[in-house]
Amino acid sequence: MTDNRLDGNAAGGALREVFAVDLTAATGQCSNCSQRLALAESRLYTHAPGLVGRCPGCDAVLFRLVRGPGRAWLDLRGVTCLQFALPGAT
Amino acid sequence: MSVIGIVSPGFSGRRRGGAPDLPPGQYLTEDFPVLSAGPTPHVPKESWNLTVTTETGAAHHWDWAGLTALPTERFTVDLHCVTKWSKLATAWEGISLDTLLAGVETSAEYALAHSYGGYTTNLPLEDLLDGQAWIAVRYDGEDLTPEHGGPARLLVPHLYLWKSAKWVSAIRLLNEDHPGFWESVGYHNYGDPWREQRYWGD
Repeated sequence: MTDNRLDGNAAGGALREVFAVDLTAATGQCSNCSQRLALAESRLYTHAPGLVGRCPGCDAVLFRLVRGPGRAWLDLRGVTCLQFALPGAT
Repeated sequence: MSVIGIVSPGFSGRRRGGAPDLPPGQYLTEDFPVLSAGPTPHVPKESWNLTVTTETGAAHHWDWAGLTALPTERFTVDLHCVTKWSKLATAWEGISLDTLLAGVETSAEYALAHSYGGYTTNLPLEDLLDGQAWIAVRYDGEDLTPEHGGPARLLVPHLYLWKSAKWVSAIRLLNEDHPGFWESVGYHNYGDPWREQRYWGD
């Protein structure tokens, strides 16, 4: 059997294209209640050590974003299968 | 509830010459900022419960009457939030974790605190003992408001304030460390303000 694996660096171009878009317009599904929504529809809590986006339907955590000096952490475990529009792409 | 003692840990001992000696990177605030990662739970005392589970699965429960029947301490401590504000000489009443856990048999090394609303935070069990941590039920002479974690919150003032879980509902004693809500997304696993342990790798 052929081992069709590449080094993860090969995903750089594809990931750069996706992460350059406005993520608030991306749609995903709440891992807790399965509601589909745009991230812009989440309830955002900012008076906290990081940004916390919660599902408007069930209050479950969709994403957490922590910004430190020169570093950031993004946890998206509460939202599955984000769909992005790619402007200018066909 | 009975108040058996006044405890003033030495967190104020580092001040010199009248100017507060704050941990590195902190500034002094006089108000009491409210930070929250979600909706504020409003838990009536009548339905409030605290559960401690050990590494063997043994569970210990306290309702509000059971908790407040335990000996209560008054204590004055400094608070240091990782968002860089510090508030000095805050006055609380609560039940020492030494008192709460006195009848709990465990050899666990780690604790994971859970809150109403789903928040979690982890710390070594030894940081909850020896007069370092309380289940706080009153602040500044008043019942603890929901905004500040009432009816009861964990208070571990020698660590950054995110470790002091508001609306505490359970403490799980574990053989393995389990990173909590902020510890799993960039914030330091231990969070000592005097060593400025804000983020992973600090």
